Amino acid sequence: MDLSSISPVLLIASLMISATPILLAAIGEMVVEKSGVLNLGVEGMMITGAVVGFVAAINSGSPGLGFVAAALAGAALSLSFALLTQVLLSNQVATGLGLTLAGLGLSSLIGKPYEGMKAASLPKLDIPLLGDLPVVGRMLFSHDIMVYFSLLLVLAVWAFLKYTRAGLILRAVGESAESAHALGYKVVQVRVAAIMFGGACAGLGGAYLSLVRVPQWTEGMTAGAGWIALAIVVFASWRAGRVLIGAYLFGGISVLQLNLQAAGMTWGVQYLSMSPYLVTILVLVFISSNRSRMSHDAPANLGQTFHATR
Amino acid sequence: MSDILLRLSGLTKAYPGVIANDDISFDIREGEIHALLGENGAGKSTLVKMIYGLVKPDRGEMTLQGKAYAPASPGQAREAGVAMVFQHFSLFDALDVAENVALGMEHPPRRRDLARRIRDVSEAYGLPLDPHRIVGTLSAGERQRVEIIRCLLQKPKLLIMDEPTSVLTPQEVEILFQTLRKLKTEGTAILYISHKLEEIRALCDHATILRLGKMVDTCTPSETTARAMAEMMIGSSFAAPSARRTTPGDVLLRVDNLTMPAPGAFGTPLRGIGFELRAGEVLGLGGVAGNGQDEVLAALSGERLSDTGTIWVKGADLSRQGPVARRAAGLLTAPEERLGHAAAPDMSLTENAVLTAGRRQRLIAKGFIKWSRAERFARDVIDRFDVRTPGPDVAARALSGGNLQKFVIGREVAQAPDILVVNQPTWGVDAAAAAAIRQALLDLAAQGAAILVISQDLDELMEVAQRFGALNEGRLSAVKPVDDLSLEEIGLMMGGAHDMEVAHADP
Repeated sequence: MDLSSISPVLLIASLMISATPILLAAIGEMVVEKSGVLNLGVEGMMITGAVVGFVAAINSGSPGLGFVAAALAGAALSLSFALLTQVLLSNQVATGLGLTLAGLGLSSLIGKPYEGMKAASLPKLDIPLLGDLPVVGRMLFSHDIMVYFSLLLVLAVWAFLKYTRAGLILRAVGESAESAHALGYKVVQVRVAAIMFGGACAGLGGAYLSLVRVPQWTEGMTAGAGWIALAIVVFASWRAGRVLIGAYLFGGISVLQLNLQAAGMTWGVQYLSMSPYLVTILVLVFISSNRSRMSHDAPANLGQTFHATR
Repeated sequence: MSDILLRLSGLTKAYPGVIANDDISFDIREGEIHALLGENGAGKSTLVKMIYGLVKPDRGEMTLQGKAYAPASPGQAREAGVAMVFQHFSLFDALDVAENVALGMEHPPRRRDLARRIRDVSEAYGLPLDPHRIVGTLSAGERQRVEIIRCLLQKPKLLIMDEPTSVLTPQEVEILFQTLRKLKTEGTAILYISHKLEEIRALCDHATILRLGKMVDTCTPSETTARAMAEMMIGSSFAAPSARRTTPGDVLLRVDNLTMPAPGAFGTPLRGIGFELRAGEVLGLGGVAGNGQDEVLAALSGERLSDTGTIWVKGADLSRQGPVARRAAGLLTAPEERLGHAAAPDMSLTENAVLTAGRRQRLIAKGFIKWSRAERFARDVIDRFDVRTPGPDVAARALSGGNLQKFVIGREVAQAPDILVVNQPTWGVDAAAAAAIRQALLDLAAQGAAILVISQDLDELMEVAQRFGALNEGRLSAVKPVDDLSLEEIGLMMGGAHDMEVAHADP
């Protein structure tokens, strides 16, 4: 095994690429959960975004349009979840699982004719000055625009929740839908908007996989990234900054295990491949073992159906 | 005579199967404290929800200061100068005081200005409050201050208060009243909803009485007796429970230095609670909500196990035994929350009866349920405690609060327990049903059972209990005979006025 073949510069650069899809999906899901809704359909919305974005990019020749189409597709799929859980009051956990299954099936149906094709990818940005810096330039400032968009999105979500009145109302709805309703806020409307934002983010994350990271379409290509995004929201205890840390941590682990394999590590390859998922489970167990902290951080009405009574 | 502020004429609201408000008309004058009285289900909440814009009336209209008033949302009501303090607080535990206040305002000022204004108003009205505290860590009295200050910051013309005193100590009630009287002198009208008739007599200028959705009477509270008002609410007279003072027998339940950590982020730890409960005696535990009531019940029922040697039933240490063993030993409990804790909402009354009475009433044999026996037992409870329901097959959820309460208390009483622990036995129950439940508890004690009543209703405890102790922040005060106690002493036992102060007079 030759560890010297692993370049730290490339490792961090590819870490940012590998973390971006999870980061996009996770920050969207965090907003959804902050409004008190648990949408377990992230995986389904991601893969739908992946296939729709890919198909749109091939047919239009523009990866940018691919991302727009992916966000719309993710939002549209999440709208069905919103309709079922917010209007028809179905169970959020069961509906979310159904959304994942539906998204997986739908995506392979749409994607079948496009297997093996190649879409135009996003160009790397050529940032003057910053991109020319030694080491740091290649590490941080030579990525495509979506990487920076995802970072800006984290910042925007943080500021939205902390400083704006709309963000305060969203948190209030997730904390106590009854109280928010009594004060005259439209609980269902706020939640539907949050769900659609989460869907659009998951769609973007999926499209980043199929248009930049891989970049092609294969069936089931999200491979659990949506579940990791859900775990990261819990890991981050519903805080935007920690979602970023969590996503980059998980991105780092998956990149590192690929690099270790490439460096000729032969022992326990399977264990390395499963390490991101194992770490996900360990983190969830660790966090939920401390119940008082869990109950303190989680939005109090997370996963509860709200129906305005008389 | 001062001017009419709000005039209601012919307000009507029907829901499928029930007319919640039928042609309600009355006036509220400027600077008047107007009481709205009625049993549960009389239509009080629907009426105030219409005034606050949460519910739209089917017919009838309102005028505010002579202008037509038809708020489509609470936001519009607030703009027009109507504010409301809710019975079940409309607060958000994980947010801080300033954020909670901002959520109740239409155009909140910037955060720093808001914090200053909260401090100013809270001092002017003697309701001190730190804008940066997280609401989940506040006591019930402090949480109410948040609601009141949220309203006062908008300088309302009409303040609606729904059962504001149920969570306060007597001292806190007195300070609240002074705040309300100060508001009244400033010209604010107050619509005051309460079950506590003596309070209404002390505070209110006028009273409107609702029964089954209709306006049945009006009176001047200071010139009417509490009993007369209660009978106007019910529409008939009822028997007040009569206690048969018995001499206490052996110690059946002994709690010794019961200490437990808080069950969750916003729970209360128990700190060295100790008392003895004798056969034939009723012990009342008072206190403001959230001072350890639920935790004491959970420790006695066996839902949470305490340390060895803390809970003794008839001389045997049951501290490490679960609810089944405690029921077998004769210690039965009825928790406060009817739906979801005392009863499974979607199961029938028969099934709910089996859940706690299965073993004691031999409704279960060799792992199978004897359904005919179980149904007979459920029917017994329904007959004996006058539970109004079509039959024992009805789901618990379908019963009204008072009727379900009669069933869950009756279910335990009918099992002839040696020791019965009840939490808030008459919470949300109308006066006649409450009197029946209290009488059942007193009868059970007269037959030699030991009874522990945990309640926030001091009048109730004074009526049924022989000895009284107060819970305050998870500690139990000294337990004293009720006959020796004045209301003021009780208030001090409950923690006094905490840090409230009397409203400052204007300079």
